[in-house]
Amino acid sequence: MTMHTLSVLVENKPGVLARVSGLFSRRGFNIDSLAVGETENPDVSRITIVVNAESSPLEQVTKQLNKLVNVLKIVELDPQVSVARELLLVKVRADRSARSQVLETVNLFRARVVDVAPDTLTIEATGTPDKLDALLRDLEAFGIKEMVQSGLVAIGRGSRSITAGPALRAA
Amino acid sequence: MTRPTPETLAHTARRARAAADPTVDVDQAAARTATPTGPAVRPTAAAQVSGAGSLVRSLEALEVDVVFGIPGGAILPAYDPLYDSTVRHILVRHEQGAGHAATGYAQATGKVGVCIATSGPGATNLVTPIADAYMDSVAMVAITGQVASPLIGTDGFQEADIQGITLPITKHNFLVQNAEEIPQVLAEAFHLASSGRPGPVLVDIPKDVLQAPTTFSWPPTLDLPGYRPTLHPHGKQIREAARLMAAARRPVLYVGGGVLKAGATDGLRRLAEMTGIPVVTTLMALGAFPDSHQQHLGMPGMHGTVAAVYGLQKADLIVALGARFDDRVTGKLDSFAPDAAVVHADIDPAEIGKNRHVDVPIVGDAKHVIDELIAAVTVERSAGRVADLGDWWTQLDDLRNRYPLGYDEPSDGTLSPQYVIKRLGEIVGPDAIFVAGVGQHQMWASQFISYEKPYTWLNSGGLGTMGYAVPAAMGAKVGKPDTVVWAVDGDGCFQMTNQELATCALEGIPVKIALINNGNLGMVRQWQTLFYNERYSNTELGTHKHRIPDFVKLAEALGCVGLRCENAADVDKTIAAAMEINDSPVVIDFVVGKDAMVWPMVAAGTSNDEIMFARGVRPVFDEDDI
Repeated sequence: MTMHTLSVLVENKPGVLARVSGLFSRRGFNIDSLAVGETENPDVSRITIVVNAESSPLEQVTKQLNKLVNVLKIVELDPQVSVARELLLVKVRADRSARSQVLETVNLFRARVVDVAPDTLTIEATGTPDKLDALLRDLEAFGIKEMVQSGLVAIGRGSRSITAGPALRAA
Repeated sequence: MTRPTPETLAHTARRARAAADPTVDVDQAAARTATPTGPAVRPTAAAQVSGAGSLVRSLEALEVDVVFGIPGGAILPAYDPLYDSTVRHILVRHEQGAGHAATGYAQATGKVGVCIATSGPGATNLVTPIADAYMDSVAMVAITGQVASPLIGTDGFQEADIQGITLPITKHNFLVQNAEEIPQVLAEAFHLASSGRPGPVLVDIPKDVLQAPTTFSWPPTLDLPGYRPTLHPHGKQIREAARLMAAARRPVLYVGGGVLKAGATDGLRRLAEMTGIPVVTTLMALGAFPDSHQQHLGMPGMHGTVAAVYGLQKADLIVALGARFDDRVTGKLDSFAPDAAVVHADIDPAEIGKNRHVDVPIVGDAKHVIDELIAAVTVERSAGRVADLGDWWTQLDDLRNRYPLGYDEPSDGTLSPQYVIKRLGEIVGPDAIFVAGVGQHQMWASQFISYEKPYTWLNSGGLGTMGYAVPAAMGAKVGKPDTVVWAVDGDGCFQMTNQELATCALEGIPVKIALINNGNLGMVRQWQTLFYNERYSNTELGTHKHRIPDFVKLAEALGCVGLRCENAADVDKTIAAAMEINDSPVVIDFVVGKDAMVWPMVAAGTSNDEIMFARGVRPVFDEDDI
């Protein structure tokens, strides 16, 4: 099993996310991460889906996804030639004695402090899933009170755009 | 007994009223008489109507001649303009009947079948026929009323999220947000349902949207940027397929329902005859290739012929045309046709390689695929590349001769169900449409009736919906009023949907029902006999032992003629008597033995190599011959 990142361009209409995510569970796939947002064209949304699957069943689910009337285009992003990022917000125990050590870790990972309380710091970090895992491992020593992570978003490197082309009439 | 007049009085009166009413829109009248060329023609000026009016005008513009449905609170606004419309509404007795009738209508005519229901329970009663149409790729549009927009999400009276419920069983579905969208949504729904791989499309319309004032103009612009079915196959793939067909020593054409959907049966026959390749037709494709044709090996699969099952199993090339390698055909997938290269042509790319590894994938409409294959095979043949299939045919003919379809007469003196069905096919002939339920009678009807023409065999293949036959036969008869329509049904199936015979009697739809009454859920009982040590748990229906219900009395109560036949000597004359009655539905209660079984059989989950010709009889098949 390997991780695959799919960029799915869909019509920006009510219920489309349910159609897409429902199809994955119906065909027996577990979505590891999912992120949705508008694109440069407000009629088109982009869903980034990370799934752990063998390539042959993944091809089947991709074909099934393509059959959804609201799905415009599906591209699997090759990790070698794409940029992928997640956003992490984490509330860490940081009383007076630990605060400077926490800030040192924050700087080391080029993260930012976005909220300060007497005994905690809230840290914002973006990066690849690997980098965020490493940051969390370091912060665990201080005590993590709460954390929230976004789904992965990803985009291909170079000047080519997947949103160009006749598939996207509205683009 | 008294019989209602064939033509429904209400409908006749309604038509007369519409004709006499000078306020009936001239555009509507024009739309009715225009030639059927689809929604792109017959533009109409914008007219002020309600959402419901817009819905009915859209149906008229789409040249819908009949819809099957039941009114209720949320859909009620639509029934008012329908009252004056040329669209014939057939009032069914249960929404499931409306759905299967729409399917039967679509399968018999090739047009889109339409059913209408109200919100909540009306809509959920359509779920089974929608799922059925999805599995068998039937062009159906289901229109449902929904509670008014402000009530959606509040658990309002008769509210059900039918869009959410039908997401996995529709090709697409719509929840209409405002009345202006109605013509476009209807046009898109019909286009989606009938193009590409056909399938059911549901349109859910809230009551306030039906009541809102709006303008109707036609034609609307379709806006489906993500929907582009591939109709024309790739030339390189076609040439590769033709090359394999010319080189194969043991090829088989594996024909599925897609060939019927594409109207490709003439081409199929040309392709088969020019190549001499053996043909098998799946349960969904019976009639696509004449059963009597010398090259037809029969139906493959769990209850297929020995020749068809072994033909696929020992093939070195399988050319699948609009078929989907269903588990009922392949048996245990790992051991299916181990030596075969596979050419798989289907309009749905997701079917290709779904179950079986494919060597030559072809995406396209079966008609285009077959026409282009004929051209490419012609090139191969003119270059002298023609395979000698003599040895292959010798082996297949030997199998056909040794293991023909047949049955043993029951030893207890009861009437043989196979005999009844065989005689029905012989007496009625190949022009009639046969509609089966699901179970033993369905398999016997597939085996012992000879299907010579396309669209003469309708059944529930993929979902296996008991209760399909009576309403589907009703829909087929409405679509093809000049064709004799016989439902071959079981006593279990019949008790699920026979209420639609009341609809048939009142609406003048003279279907004929051959009820194969063995007093049991026969197919389940057969499995209990074979796999559960003859422990007959809950399969005895009591229709023999207690004659509850008495099907003759039931038929009469529903406004039909009821006949009964209990022995072989009476079979022909009872069928002949039913053939004489054309002004009323007829039900023949054929009281048959309960122990007859469907053979051959590949038990579920086993390999096709394990096919049993009869109980305890494995075909002798010398592996060295092949």
